Amino acid sequence: MSAMIHLNPDAALSAGPEIEPRRMGTLEAIWSNTAFRKTMILVLLAVIWESYARYLGNPLLFPTLTDTIKALVSSIASGVLPSRTWASLKILAIGYSSGVLLAAVLTIVAINTRLGTDLLETLTATFNPLPAIALLPLALIWFGLGIGSLVFVLIHSVLWAVALNTHSGFRSVSQTTRMVGWNYELRGLRYVAKILIPAAFPTILTGLKIGWAFAWRTLIAAELVFGVSSGQGGLGWFIFESRNMLNIPSVFAGLLTVIVVGLIVESLVFKTIERHTIQKWGVQS
Amino acid sequence: MNAVSPIDAGRPVQAASPAPEPLLRTQNVTLRYETPGAVITATRGVSFDVNQSDRFVLLGPSGCGKSTLLKAVGGYIKPSEGTMTIKGRTIQRPGADRMMVFQEFDQLLPWKTVLGNVVFPLTNARKMSAKDAEARATHYIEKVGLADVLNSYPHMLSGGMKQRVAIARGMAMEPDILLMDEPFAALDALTRRTCQDELLRLWEDTRFTVLFVTHSIAEAIKIGNRILLLSPHPGRVKAAVSDVDTTNIADGSAGKLEQQIHDLLFNDAVEG
Repeated sequence: MSAMIHLNPDAALSAGPEIEPRRMGTLEAIWSNTAFRKTMILVLLAVIWESYARYLGNPLLFPTLTDTIKALVSSIASGVLPSRTWASLKILAIGYSSGVLLAAVLTIVAINTRLGTDLLETLTATFNPLPAIALLPLALIWFGLGIGSLVFVLIHSVLWAVALNTHSGFRSVSQTTRMVGWNYELRGLRYVAKILIPAAFPTILTGLKIGWAFAWRTLIAAELVFGVSSGQGGLGWFIFESRNMLNIPSVFAGLLTVIVVGLIVESLVFKTIERHTIQKWGVQS
Repeated sequence: MNAVSPIDAGRPVQAASPAPEPLLRTQNVTLRYETPGAVITATRGVSFDVNQSDRFVLLGPSGCGKSTLLKAVGGYIKPSEGTMTIKGRTIQRPGADRMMVFQEFDQLLPWKTVLGNVVFPLTNARKMSAKDAEARATHYIEKVGLADVLNSYPHMLSGGMKQRVAIARGMAMEPDILLMDEPFAALDALTRRTCQDELLRLWEDTRFTVLFVTHSIAEAIKIGNRILLLSPHPGRVKAAVSDVDTTNIADGSAGKLEQQIHDLLFNDAVEG
C-alpha cells in the first residue's frame, strides 16, 4: 500500500474575496470616533463649570467660563499673556536642553564604565525622589533672583528622569542588536549614535516626555515665587500677579494657558515625533 | 563518496582535496566563558579548516559549543587556548570580513527599511558611496526575491522574509566568510525548507564560503558539503564528514548518512 494524493478539483475556482469592508451606520461611525467622544466630555465639563459659577454668583471665588474666556481674549489681545508665555517657554527651552545634554553625557559615561554605571545609579536614586521645587530656596541663595535659579531647578527636574530612562533603554538593547553593531565595525561614539540611541529610542522618548512634564510643572511653580528681571516674568508670575490684583478671571485664564501649552507640546510635538519614529518602526512599547 | 571518520581531538581535520591555504584555520581552540559562579569550558581543543567556497556545518546537540565556536570566529569571544586565523590574519575582534546571520529576528535594525538595513553596513564598514551601496544592496535584495518590500520596515515582514533580508545583508558585504548561527531554527517547517533551498541556489550563484551552525542532522546534510560533528560537555570534535553533497534523498544515501550521524551522536549521549 502506498500513499495517494487526491487533488480537490474545486481548488482552482475563485473562493471569493478574503477581506471585505464592514459597513457602519452614521451614528456608530460618529460614536466610534475618539476625538468626538472626548470633545463631548469637554463640552459637558464646560456646561457644568458655567452653570455652577452662575449658581454660586461669586466671581472672586469662581468666575464663570464666559468671564474667563473674556479675560483670556483681552490678555492675549493686549499682548501680556503671549509675552509671559514666551518668557516661560524661553527659560524652559534653556533648562530642558541643558538637562537633556547633561543626561546624555552622564549616560554615555555610565554605559562605558562600570564605575560610571554605579555613579549614575547612585545619583539618580538619591536625587530622583527630591522634588526640584524644593531646591528653589537654595538656588535663590546660590544664583540670586533670576534666570540662573530657574534654569538650575529645571535641570534638576529633567536630568534624572531622562538619564534614568536613557540608561535603562541602553541596557535593554538586545545582545543580537549589539553584536550586529560590532559586526559593522561601529565603535565608541559612532556605536552609541548609530546603534544604541535608535535601538533604545522608545525608552529615551518616554524619558524625554517625563522630563518635559516635570520641567513644565516645576517652572510654573517656581515662577509663582518670583518674576524674572523687572516685570518680565513668565506665566506663573502672571497667575500670581493677577491673584494679587484680585483679577480672578485672569488667574483662570493663566491656568488655562498652562494646560493648553502642555497639551500642545504633548499632542503636537511628542505625538509627531512618535508617529515618525516608533510607530513607523513598529517598536511602540 | 562521503566518509564519516572519527578523529582524535587536537589533530586538524584535513580537507578532502588538499588546498594551498585554508580560508579559516582553527587550531586546538579552547573556549571558556565566565558566569558569576563558575568558569565554563564551552569547547576544548577543537581544530578544523574551512576552505574557499565550503559550506561547512558545525553540528551537535545543545551544549556542544557550536554557537560559541561561531561567535569566536565572529570575534566576539577570544580563545583561551589555540589560534583562529582568517586568510592568515589572527581573529582579534568582530569585523565586516565575517558577516553574521543570527537566529533572532531582531538582527534587523527596526528603524531602517529593508534597503536601509542592507545599505547601512556597506556605507559604514565598506565606506561605499550612498549611490553604489544602494545599487549593490538592491541587487542582493532582488537575489533573495524581496524587491517588492525594498522600502518596508522589518516589523511588516514575516519571519522568513526577515531572515532572507539578513542573508542579503550578509552577502551584499561580500565577506570572506558568512557565519550563520541556526538562521532557520525559528522558522516554521515549510518556510525553513524554502529558505534552505534558496540558500543553496544563492550558493550555486556566487559560491560564497559559509560556516553554518545547526542542531538538525537533516539540515546539516542538506546545506553542507562538509560537516564537523561535535560532542557536548565540553564541546570536542567527534567526527568530520566530507563530500556530504554527493548524497541525495532519491537513492536513500542521505537518509543512510543521517542514520550514521544519529547513531554517533546517540551513542555519545548514552556514554556521556
